[in-house]
Amino acid sequence: MNRFALLIGAIAAFAAAASAQVPTADAILDRVDRNAVPGSKILVSEMTIHGRRESRTVKSKSWIEGEDKAFTEYLDPPRERGIKMLKLGDRLWTYSPDTDRAIAISGHMLRQSVMGSDLSYEDMMADHKLREAYDARVAGEETLGDRPCWVLELTSRSGEIAYPSRKTWVDKGRFIVIKEERYAKSGRLLKTLEVRSVEFVQNRWLPKEVLFRDVLKEGQGTEFRILSIEFDAPISDALFSKASLRK
Amino acid sequence: MIRFLLKGILRDRGRSLFPLLVVTAGVFLTVAFYGYILGMMNNMIRSNANLRHGHVKVMTRAYAQDIAQVPNELALTGVAALSDELRTSYPDLDWVARIPFGGLLDVPDDEGETRIQAPVAGLAVDLRTSGGPEPGLLGLAKILVRGRMPRVPGELLMSDELARKLGLDIGGKATLITTTMAGSLAMANFTVAGTIRFGIRAMDRTGLIADLADLRRALDMDDAAGEVLGLFKDGIYRSDRAAAVLRSFEGRYAGRQGEFLPAMQTLAEQPGMDIIIGRMRYATSAIVFIFLLAMSLVMWNAGLVGTLRRYGEFGLRLAIGEAKGHVYRTMLAESLLIGVLGSTAGTVLGLSLSWYLQVHGIDVSSIMKNITFLMDTVLHSKITPLSFVIGFIPGLLASLIGTAIAGRTIYKRQTARLFKELES
Repeated sequence: MNRFALLIGAIAAFAAAASAQVPTADAILDRVDRNAVPGSKILVSEMTIHGRRESRTVKSKSWIEGEDKAFTEYLDPPRERGIKMLKLGDRLWTYSPDTDRAIAISGHMLRQSVMGSDLSYEDMMADHKLREAYDARVAGEETLGDRPCWVLELTSRSGEIAYPSRKTWVDKGRFIVIKEERYAKSGRLLKTLEVRSVEFVQNRWLPKEVLFRDVLKEGQGTEFRILSIEFDAPISDALFSKASLRK
Repeated sequence: MIRFLLKGILRDRGRSLFPLLVVTAGVFLTVAFYGYILGMMNNMIRSNANLRHGHVKVMTRAYAQDIAQVPNELALTGVAALSDELRTSYPDLDWVARIPFGGLLDVPDDEGETRIQAPVAGLAVDLRTSGGPEPGLLGLAKILVRGRMPRVPGELLMSDELARKLGLDIGGKATLITTTMAGSLAMANFTVAGTIRFGIRAMDRTGLIADLADLRRALDMDDAAGEVLGLFKDGIYRSDRAAAVLRSFEGRYAGRQGEFLPAMQTLAEQPGMDIIIGRMRYATSAIVFIFLLAMSLVMWNAGLVGTLRRYGEFGLRLAIGEAKGHVYRTMLAESLLIGVLGSTAGTVLGLSLSWYLQVHGIDVSSIMKNITFLMDTVLHSKITPLSFVIGFIPGLLASLIGTAIAGRTIYKRQTARLFKELES
C-alpha cells in the first residue's frame, strides 16, 4: 500500500514538474497580448500587394489608441493619397478626397479587401486581445526556422468573429505570433500570416515584416512592413473624430 | 389532261376558288408565322446581345474564367488599340467597350452623412460620344421614364424603381462605392440625369447605366474595359459567322501563354445564353410543329369538304359513263394542281411578308407607348432555307390526302342508284 502511495506521489510530482515547464495556452496568449496591444502607437507602414497582374506598394500612417481607436491616412501612391480611415469601437468610416465624403463601412463591405490587399477591413478592425476572444489549447511544439514555438489551437468564444478558429505558432522566447492559419466556421482555411522579420522596439518584440495571404485569392499575398513605430506616444483625442477625416 | 384540269380550276371558280384560297391562306400563315417566330427569337437574342453579351465578346482569359464575378481587376488593357484591330479585321461587326460593375450606392442627407445605401449592379457604356452606337443599341431613349440622357461628366441613368426606393429625384446626388481595377476602394460622386425601366426584375432593383469615361476614371481603368462586345451590323446573330470570327481571332493567340491575353466567346457560348438559346430553339420547334399540324388539318379538311361538295358532279360523270378510276385520278390531279398553285402563292406571299419584316420590320411602338422597358418595339421576321418548304410541302400533301380520303366514296357509289340520287 505504501509502495502504491509512493508511486502515485511520484507520478503527481512528475506531472507537476512537467506542467510547470509548459505554460498554459491562456498564459501564452496573455504574454502575446501584452506584447501586441500597447496603450498607444503611431506607425508608418507600407503594404506591397502582389496581385495577379502587378505588384504595387501603398504607404500609410496610423495613429492607434488601445483596441478601439485608430486613424489611418494613406500617403502613397498618388491615387490613394489623402484617403483616410477612422475606427471607433466596432465602427469604421472611410473618407476619399475625390468625393469629400466620409462613408461608414459596414456589413458585407467589411469583408472587402483593403486597397486590393489580402487584408480585409475586418482584419484591420480586429485588434482584440486573443486571450479574450478565443479559448486556446497547446497543440504541440515546433521549430520554425531556428525559433522554437508553441503551437496553439484557438476556438472563438462568440460567433461574431471573422475567424472562428485559428492555428497559431508563438515564439517561445519572444511571445509573438510568427505564423498563423485562420479558418472559417466550416474549417476551410481562409488566410495565412507569416512573420518574415521581427524587431525589438521599446522593450517589445514586434513583427516588422509580415506576409498575409488570402488563400481564396490568386496572387502572391501582401507584404506588410513597419517602417517606423512609436509606442505610448501622445495622440490628441480630437484625431479620433469624423471631423478630422476632412482635415 | 393537266391543261384541261388547269383550265377547269381557273374557269370554274365555284369549285376551285375555296380550296385554293384555303391552301394559299394556310401556307401563307405557316410561312409568315415560322418567319415571325424565328424573328421573335432573334429579337430576344438581339436584346440580350445588345444589353450584355454581344454576338461575340472579347475579354481576358482570366476574366472569362470568372465572368460571373465581373472581375474588373482582370479586365482588358490597351482597349483602344484592340478595338481598332478588331474593327479593321472584322469590319462587319460594331465593336463597343463596356465595364460591368457592382458596388454600393450611398445617398447622403443634407449634412453629407449616409442617409441610405443600396447594392447596385451597373453597366458603363459610351454615352457621351456624339453619334456613338450605344444609346441606340440599348434603346435608352425608349426606356427613359424621367429626366434625360447624361450630357456632362458625372451623370448617370438609374433604374426608376431603385431611384424611388432611395428617394432620389432627377438631379439627386449619390456616391458609388466600388473597387478599382487594382482592388482598392473606389468612391465617386454621381448625379442622376434620368431614370429608366429595364423591364428585367433584377436590373430594375439594382440597375445603373453610367458613362464609360466616368467609370474608367473612378475605377482607375484608363484605356481598360471588362469586355469588348462585337455586334453584327444588321443586328442578326449568325452562329456560323460568329464561330468563324471566333476561330480567326483565337488563331492569333493560339500557342501563346498568359492569362491576360484576349479571349473570345460567341453569344451561344456565354454562361446562361447556351441554355436560353437551346430552350428557345426547342420551344420554337414545338410551337411551329403544333401550328403546322393545325394548318395541315385545316387544309386536309378543305380537301375533304371540297370533294364532298362535288358529290353530285361525280354522280353525273359516273352516270354518263366515266370510269370510277378516271374520276378519282382527275380529282387527285386537280387537288395536286390546287396544292401546287395554293402552296406556291402562299409561300410567295409568306416570304414576301417575312422579307419585308426582316428588312424593315414593323414599328409597333405607337401602340406600346406606355411600355417603357427594354424590349424591341420593332417586329422582325427571319427567312431561312426551311422557310421555302415549311408551308409548301404540307400545303401540297394535306389537300391531296384530304381529297384522296374523301374521293374513296366514288368507289362506293352504285351506278343503278345514281339517277335516283340525281333526281332527289
